[in-house]
Amino acid sequence: MRFVFKTSYLQDLGLFRDGIQRNWYVVLLIGLLILPRLVPEYLVDVSLVFIYGLCGLSLMVLAGYTGLVSLGHAAFLGIGAYAHVYFTQDAGLPWMVALILATILTAGVGVLVGLPALRMTGLYLTIATLAFAVIIQEVFTRWDAVTGGLKGKAVNKPLIFGVSFAGDVPFYFLCLAFLVIGLWLTANLLRAPTGRAWVAIRDSEIAAQSMGVSLPMYKTMAFAYSAALMGAAGALFAHKIGFLAPDIFSVLLSIQFLLMVVVGGLGSLHGAVFGAIFVAMLPVAISQARDALPALVGQIAGSTASLLVDRFVKQPGLEPGIFGLILVLFILFEPLGIYGRWTKIKLYFSLFPLYKQATFRRQKTYMRSERLR
Amino acid sequence: MTLLAAENLAINFGGIRAVDGVSFAVEAGQVFTIIGPNGAGKTTIFNLMSRIYDPSQGRLLFEGEDITGIAPHQIARRGIARTFQNIELFEHATVLHNLLLGRHVHRKSRFVEELLFLPHVRALELAHREAAEKVIDFLDLMPYRDSFVVNLPYGVRKVVELGRALCTEPKLLLLDEPSSGLSVEETEGMAFWIEDIRTLLGITVLMVEHDMSLVSAVSDRVLALNYGRAIALGTAREVQDHPEVVKAYLGG
Amino acid sequence: MLQLVLNGLAVGCIYGLVALGFVLIYKATELVNFAQGDLLMLGAFTCYMFVVWYGFGYWVALALAIAVVALFGAALDAVVLRRVIGQPQFAVVMLTIGLGAIFRSFASITWGSEIYTLPTPFSARATRLAGVTVSHEYVSIIVGTLVLCGVLYAFFTYSTVGVAMQATSQNQLAAYCMGIPVKLMFSLIWAISAGVAAIAGVLLAPVSLVDINLGFIGLKAFAAAVLGGFGSIPGALVGGVTIGLIELFAGAYLPHGVKDVAAYVVLLLVLAVRPQGMFGTVGRKKV
Repeated sequence: MRFVFKTSYLQDLGLFRDGIQRNWYVVLLIGLLILPRLVPEYLVDVSLVFIYGLCGLSLMVLAGYTGLVSLGHAAFLGIGAYAHVYFTQDAGLPWMVALILATILTAGVGVLVGLPALRMTGLYLTIATLAFAVIIQEVFTRWDAVTGGLKGKAVNKPLIFGVSFAGDVPFYFLCLAFLVIGLWLTANLLRAPTGRAWVAIRDSEIAAQSMGVSLPMYKTMAFAYSAALMGAAGALFAHKIGFLAPDIFSVLLSIQFLLMVVVGGLGSLHGAVFGAIFVAMLPVAISQARDALPALVGQIAGSTASLLVDRFVKQPGLEPGIFGLILVLFILFEPLGIYGRWTKIKLYFSLFPLYKQATFRRQKTYMRSERLR
Repeated sequence: MTLLAAENLAINFGGIRAVDGVSFAVEAGQVFTIIGPNGAGKTTIFNLMSRIYDPSQGRLLFEGEDITGIAPHQIARRGIARTFQNIELFEHATVLHNLLLGRHVHRKSRFVEELLFLPHVRALELAHREAAEKVIDFLDLMPYRDSFVVNLPYGVRKVVELGRALCTEPKLLLLDEPSSGLSVEETEGMAFWIEDIRTLLGITVLMVEHDMSLVSAVSDRVLALNYGRAIALGTAREVQDHPEVVKAYLGG
Repeated sequence: MLQLVLNGLAVGCIYGLVALGFVLIYKATELVNFAQGDLLMLGAFTCYMFVVWYGFGYWVALALAIAVVALFGAALDAVVLRRVIGQPQFAVVMLTIGLGAIFRSFASITWGSEIYTLPTPFSARATRLAGVTVSHEYVSIIVGTLVLCGVLYAFFTYSTVGVAMQATSQNQLAAYCMGIPVKLMFSLIWAISAGVAAIAGVLLAPVSLVDINLGFIGLKAFAAAVLGGFGSIPGALVGGVTIGLIELFAGAYLPHGVKDVAAYVVLLLVLAVRPQGMFGTVGRKKV
């Protein structure tokens, strides 16, 4: 078991626990930098992972750290996407300016959504964000002049400071840069008073207030920051998918984002990234399995079984079911998500052979009064 | 000089008058205790002071200023800190994290500065850490510094809660039943800490307590409540011998 | 005009029934069942299956559909939901959302993803009443809702089981100590709630046809439950009917497209102005 020897307060304050952890991340970064050389045909998928990572980060800040669960975050993605496209294409502004404006606009809407939320608790907030998302989706459909309505809107490739980012590789690096910057900014906030105030709001609003945390101000800040991240992600998302339509930013997409943070592991930055990898890669994995599974079953159980399985997996409408099943299984058996499982595995190896099964078992609250916040 | 004054405080919960015309004054540097049987309205008065509830009647004055209507998060900024009867700590954070949150009222950095974690913010964070460490030293919380609160025993959690309140560097400390759930030794330790808080740190203490030995040991003045009304005010000895108080506790 | 109002009332009754299901489960177990709408969809499909595939009569199929879905609801509670008691509410919300997705997938695989018609004794029949054409489908919905509410009211007011359910909703540990079979209570309430959803699904089938997306009505029923007050059973129905009527008038007098979001706008207004709805109470933590 490795013991971390601390000699100064700066060590606790830093982003990494010690030099060894920092070196691992440097290795990861180098790996990501040379990835385009290794798997050029999957770069587009990995770019989507980065964009989803930014989305997951946004929702993690709001739901994982501040405890305000939002079922309507896809709407912010849409606002960022449409706003950015409008500013670059219709208004002819430079890319960076358009991006900043889109981010600010989305943050502004975030504040608006957050305002009534200041008075609501837990579940009601979730329902309210759901309602907002449906309304905003309707606005996308009706506001033809800006969004192109149901006809949709084509998106040009990014052109930043005169440099075209149309190719897969430049776009990959663009997305990677955004994700890294997003992670750095968020990590900074989390080790500063703002982040602590957010966590306080999640764990006990009353205690947070009595320690001087202004609930309205910090909840609004959380909404604004979360929406801003989503707005930036929206701009990249627009470029990635190439064609905007209102039904992309549906409640189902919001649920996928929530799935991302739950499966990734609530309350950690790693969770956002793990969740993004999971949600972005799952459709790919499912379609690969769809092709491979019948053949595999045929080898084991014969051709009739293979045909049955083939018919089963080729059904449309199977995908949401699989997402749902995974979500259910994670909540039942691994509430701490992928990052939680990762932490448990690391702990197992570092404590070997002294690891106890009940190390992570938590007390459940059975009284309603204990669950009210 | 009077630090805190309550004038004719009253609050109704539906038909129940939980606090009925209570007035008292707490002098700076004192340890003032409120006692009374269960349901007498002691914690309700604390909640009125923390602005969790709004009084139906009456006023609260702190350092001469009327605080009856201010927002809950302003209370800490004025210099009033409190602990809760049923511990309200941040369960999924470490003890250090909880204490650092107590430093929130002394936050001097802006959002954008924190976003970029400028050197100025780094220096402020180190200062906060120093202050929190002083409280950890004072309360002997060193072995628990990096433990998650959810893993700690009850007695330690109470001390952490006290520590978090001390981190705000308050002028007035509200302690809600500091000895409940503590063993005899832990209660004695708590008595010494309250003494030190009053003498060494110069903080005025207002507490709600049931344990009469603790009350007699540390209090300068005691207020007895029954059914939301004040029935006796004086030193611990005077109040304990007061016939009304005896009747309230023993009946008859 | 009367036809329109009847339509609005009928749709409102459906919202009310789904909201009723939400509130029943919430009152008893404090869980919010985001899959309530999908249970409605399963009810409609099950009845369809019994009528069209197996040739049973409408009433027999209805009874069977209710029984099957109610049993399914109880099984769901026993197998899946019981494990998440005590976890934060957010986890349960996500769980029911996931379950809803599984139900939709299951329906799509078992019965297909097209739109189907359920033949009922009320479909496409109308009578002239006081000079107005009144469609039987809508009347059946309203009458069915009233009958169901009457039955439920009698059950909760006059039976020991109803009181026991209230006890378990307040404090599960204490209810155990009092000898109430808490787990059975939970399964029972889920069965009742699922049964109500199934009835709503079958009643709705003649009006909006049977397909896997029938469950999205659940989202609007949320608005009904919140409007009525999340802990109040009569509130759910009143809320549902109100929303139905509001949608109706929004469709008739306001610009195109507002009708679809009217329910959500109402929801937001209620949450912003009076979160406890019409009949609910506000809960607060005591420190």
